[in-house]
Amino acid sequence: MTENIAYVRNTFLPPEAAPRDDTTMIGWMRKNLFSSISNSIMTIIAIVAILWYLPGLIDWLFVSAQWTGTDRTFCSTVVQGGMHPEGWSGACWAYVGDRFAQFMIGSYPRGEAWRPILVALLFVALLIPMLMPSAPRKGLNALLLLVALPIIGYVLLLGGMFGLPHVETSLWGGLMVTLIISFIGITVSLPFGILLALGRRSKMPIIKTFCVVFIELIRGVPLITVLFMASVLLPLFMEPGDSIDKFLRALVGVSIFSSAYMAEVIRGGLQAIPKGQGEGADSLGLNYFQKTGLIILPQAIKLVIPGIVNTFIGMFKDTSLVSIISMFDLLGVVKNSFSDPNWLTPVTPMSGLVFAGFTFWLFCFGMSRYSGFIERKLDKGHKR
Amino acid sequence: MAVLGLSDGERHRASSILYNPEYRSYFFQVLTVLVVVWLIYQAWSNAAENLARSNMTAGFGFLSARAGFDLGQSLIEYTSDSTYRRALLVGFLNTLLVGFFGIITATIVGLLVGVGRLSNNWLIARLCTVYVEIFRNIPPLLVIFFWYKGVLAILPDFKQIRQSVQDAKAADPSVVDPSFIISNRGINFPNPIFEPGFNAVWLTLAIGIVASIAFSIWANRQQMSTGKRPPVLLVSLGLIVVLPLLVFLVVGAPISFDYPVLGRFNLSGGGHISPEFLSLYLALSLYTASFIAEIVRAGIRGVPKGQSEAANALGIRPSRSMRLIVLPQALRIIIPPLTSQYLNLIKNSSLAVAAGYADLVQVGNTILNQSGHSIEIIAIWMIVYLTISLTTSLFMNWFNAKMALVER
Repeated sequence: MTENIAYVRNTFLPPEAAPRDDTTMIGWMRKNLFSSISNSIMTIIAIVAILWYLPGLIDWLFVSAQWTGTDRTFCSTVVQGGMHPEGWSGACWAYVGDRFAQFMIGSYPRGEAWRPILVALLFVALLIPMLMPSAPRKGLNALLLLVALPIIGYVLLLGGMFGLPHVETSLWGGLMVTLIISFIGITVSLPFGILLALGRRSKMPIIKTFCVVFIELIRGVPLITVLFMASVLLPLFMEPGDSIDKFLRALVGVSIFSSAYMAEVIRGGLQAIPKGQGEGADSLGLNYFQKTGLIILPQAIKLVIPGIVNTFIGMFKDTSLVSIISMFDLLGVVKNSFSDPNWLTPVTPMSGLVFAGFTFWLFCFGMSRYSGFIERKLDKGHKR
Repeated sequence: MAVLGLSDGERHRASSILYNPEYRSYFFQVLTVLVVVWLIYQAWSNAAENLARSNMTAGFGFLSARAGFDLGQSLIEYTSDSTYRRALLVGFLNTLLVGFFGIITATIVGLLVGVGRLSNNWLIARLCTVYVEIFRNIPPLLVIFFWYKGVLAILPDFKQIRQSVQDAKAADPSVVDPSFIISNRGINFPNPIFEPGFNAVWLTLAIGIVASIAFSIWANRQQMSTGKRPPVLLVSLGLIVVLPLLVFLVVGAPISFDYPVLGRFNLSGGGHISPEFLSLYLALSLYTASFIAEIVRAGIRGVPKGQSEAANALGIRPSRSMRLIVLPQALRIIIPPLTSQYLNLIKNSSLAVAAGYADLVQVGNTILNQSGHSIEIIAIWMIVYLTISLTTSLFMNWFNAKMALVER
């Protein structure tokens, strides 16, 4: 019957082509790069700037770069006593390759290098399941990573027992020290940060005052003054005659500092937990420790995992400051190698810094991506 | 529990004391105080003994002693004969100097990059993202080294510049010294000297600023009552720029320049910006700018889209809707985290010690190594930084309260 109604279409129209802006390259460019006069001007300036700088950067980093070599002659021009023509400039990756072991483990005896490598492997093996939300047995994993690994690492790296030769901490260096300090800093700061955060919300005035003063005092001053305090004042406050390892002093300083910051992160989580949760626990007859440990903290910490990861990123970057109190973390080792006469060229500092910067960047960028991933994942749980 | 020899009533009282939250909280607090006092006493007595062993006396008396070291840069008069106190003051002023310029630059760059990341121009947005992701993820100390060792150290060698100028002079006596020199020793530039007549110009400038503020208040009232807005920008420009310029010309341009003069070994005269200051300033500004950019972006995205859509519907130009509708609302979200970034910048300026810029920590470190008065120096550092932190957060809290949403 419908076929007989003249104004009803009985065939489909062929679909229209998508708007040109959404399909063609030109359309996309018009929409995203040249939508207005001011936009076009900015785009052109940006393109000119990129064309101006990028080729030189790529040339310096890769094309002109010196990839192999054994000493400074490979990375300097003829006038500087090297093999390159006058006016040459490029990254000296040969130097980074030559010093690579130094950058990773410092002056750790090369014959014992398997020990830091083993610890690193254990660390990775325990960290990956910890970071995967779907991996089972988080509690056991955390216990192994945060308690067992530091003990195993201590025994393996320091030695002096089980037939392992003793390696002084003054020989430690490089990325190893950066990772150890930031990892221990965060491990120590978690329990202390929780205690400080709970103390700050406590109803006991004296405990509350202590916690507030400690947190605000540490957060109000730069890390470098806390590090100086740990490295200069700590020996002064010890029993006369007692001495405290330099590495340990740096650890104490970093731990104090990160505890104060961690306390504020955790406090944020505690504040986000509805009051009813604590009241519910009270009405069930749970005591303070049961209430805090079983009801409040698990929820609060889950909320602030992204904040904890961000604190860790900050900690990881801040460990570079221990080079100022003459410890040799990654940046300290790299900076120290600038004065090595075997690699003394104008391009050495830049190459070393680019390498160190890239290493730091890789770790921090990875962590911030992970933090974003967790944030999105946790966010879903709260949507109804 | 007859073993304990307590009657039922006594047992009850004992257990109620044990389980009474009030008594318990007293017990814990007294315990904490005892532990802390004991720790402080231990540390104090050990420190006293250690100091006595090394024949040192505690106290701030040493601050009046002669410093005996030179400082690369100082805003006030300072020689190596000045006291330690003076040296610390120089360091403190240098900290404030780099903090002040760093905050201004970081805010401007951060604002531009933050807005740029939200731009509908694909290329600009990508470039700003790359900038943020690079600088946010490397340590500030490394950025300082990057400028100090990587960029400024390989600028043209000062000696070569001097040699070439001297050669040119020898060939042609009419050649004068260059007034701007950028070398591995920093930037040298002509320093303006204001002669007494210049005071009239300052005065006009001050009057112009006050008058333009008054004018903009009047213009706001005018707009409220009539709906027409007087040309505020044009009038303020005239009052602040043109008027002082006219006065400047009328009183006969009372300004002269102190040009840098190439000596046999060094430059004398003129203004000088040291590479240490430059590397610290550039590193702090660019590092903090990446964080400020993220804060600005989050702030702008926190303003509901309906606000800018409503502005569009009313026919307000995009630049004006950004300035008058979106940014003022975004500012409420931006200010608290921005405060902590400013504080971070000032605290990070203590990294000057790595570049050799004479800030409070660098000067204090030198004094600490010279005199060994570690407790006093670290106490001074902490007090100064705490004071700066608290003052900044007080000011920003006041500003925040002023900007906060006035709810019904």
